[in-house]
Amino acid sequence: MTTTTASAPLAQKRVRRTSAGSRVTGPILTVVTWLIALLFFFPVAWMVISGFKTEALAAELPPRFLFTPTVQQYANIVSRGVVPYALNSLMASVLSTLFVVVLAIPAAYALSMRPIPKWRDGLFFFLSTKMLPIAGAIAAIYLLATTLHLLDNVWVLIILYTSMNLPIAVWMIRSFMLEIPIELVEAAKVDGASFIRMLVSIIFPLLAPGLSSAALICFIFSWNEFFLAVNLTSTRAPTLPVFLTGFITSEGLFWAQLSAAATLCALPVVIAGWVSQKQLVRGLSLGAVK
Amino acid sequence: MPALLFMILITQLPFLITLYNSFRRWILVRPKEHGFVGLANYQAVLSDPAFLHAVWITIVLTASAVLVSLIFGLVVALLLDRKFVGRGVARTLLITPFLVMPAAAALVWKTLMLNPDFGIVDWVLRPFGGGNIDWAGRHPLLTVILVLVWQWMPFMMLILLAGLQGQSPDIIEAAGVDGAGAFAIFRWMTLPHLRQYMELCVVLGSIYIIQTFDQVYLLTQGGPGQATTNLPYFIYLKTFRAGNIGYASAAGVIVVIGTIILATFALRLVASMFRQEGPAR
Repeated sequence: MTTTTASAPLAQKRVRRTSAGSRVTGPILTVVTWLIALLFFFPVAWMVISGFKTEALAAELPPRFLFTPTVQQYANIVSRGVVPYALNSLMASVLSTLFVVVLAIPAAYALSMRPIPKWRDGLFFFLSTKMLPIAGAIAAIYLLATTLHLLDNVWVLIILYTSMNLPIAVWMIRSFMLEIPIELVEAAKVDGASFIRMLVSIIFPLLAPGLSSAALICFIFSWNEFFLAVNLTSTRAPTLPVFLTGFITSEGLFWAQLSAAATLCALPVVIAGWVSQKQLVRGLSLGAVK
Repeated sequence: MPALLFMILITQLPFLITLYNSFRRWILVRPKEHGFVGLANYQAVLSDPAFLHAVWITIVLTASAVLVSLIFGLVVALLLDRKFVGRGVARTLLITPFLVMPAAAALVWKTLMLNPDFGIVDWVLRPFGGGNIDWAGRHPLLTVILVLVWQWMPFMMLILLAGLQGQSPDIIEAAGVDGAGAFAIFRWMTLPHLRQYMELCVVLGSIYIIQTFDQVYLLTQGGPGQATTNLPYFIYLKTFRAGNIGYASAAGVIVVIGTIILATFALRLVASMFRQEGPAR
């Protein structure tokens, strides 16, 4: 009734029940799975394809899958001025991610490897801030930014994205730190290593994969952020989502151009997400699911 | 702890200012009418049918998007928890909608996919007599829910798949040997095992989906009329279109209080998962 592949690696050793019925249902289920996968992916594929069409082709029905691709739309969005938007997006995402990591490492350390008193309260305070709806305070944030002359300045986004992602990073990095064998740290202490030295030569190398996946998650959330970018920036510091709002009323006018712009906006995060698939779950569940 | 100080400053200060403003009359276009008005803003918000409608829309939107994503996510996770040709590729394709910038996804859905004249969904449905449907105009809530489910199903699927793969194969095997059928194993073993993962999906999904703004702003602009105006969009309108800071702040405080109630459940859940991690060092 049950078969397990003895030669399979331990992680993949999963039970397959191969009763008479499942020999038929197996292939059917595989086809169904593939159909769902293709259905879900279709809008993304269609977006990418349409970005290489001319405007006339993009709105043509029946839809054309075979055509001579053109990069004209990418040239068009560049002349429409996408580059400064992309640079702002890059600056806001990269710098906020950097700040998040720098702030999160000591916080995670104080909440895991050398717990401060009331560390549990600290940990849950970080998480609770993630749950407050940002729209509730948008008026205050807007007024505060105006008072501090930070409105339409990329730094307001950097600061807010840092606070938005810090809880995620603290929780994630903490859960990675808990996996570092305490014996290594103790041994280093016995050998008289200083705190900095221990951090650099023991904790960082072990933490590197965890840090990079936390950074990726933070980058994804900052890059895709819309609400704050739309409300707090206009001409000097707008990011890519703000560029996209220029297409709201494009009823059949600039679909190919819109597709090219959407592809450009989506691409970095889609690739980052594909590469870091395994860590994605852990980040999204704040480290709760391994 | 610099991180803690930073978080307290950045996250708590705006909420304190919001609280303070919620007790004041402050409309940007009428700068001379400043002043404390006690609870008048709260009274105005709570007796405003438009606010109550936005609360209702938020509940409908969040509940349906979360539930449909969860059920669909569970089905797809079960399908993916098998060995088959190209499993890794299928999984990669399935998580992609979650990664696409929501603003870009919303615009693509609005035009290329769902446009009543040139959209591809219209073209596919036409032979079945379902063509020329003005999705965003006639079924605005359904449209927003559809796009939300498309983006959030992969999220639920990922967490549930991790849950399925954390299930001990030995126990399932033992149950199989004891003569339990596939359905019995699912009903009495897999489902209870997945329960906490499903709860996590619901809680995290709700927290994110309650804050939905991008899709509403780009797909329907909260309309037609008020049909898709959820709370974030409602507060946005009151703040930036009406300039009524006092009213928007009071609405914000009410929303935050509501979310805190929800978040308390959420924190309790995460805390219970977290205790199973074992004692911290």
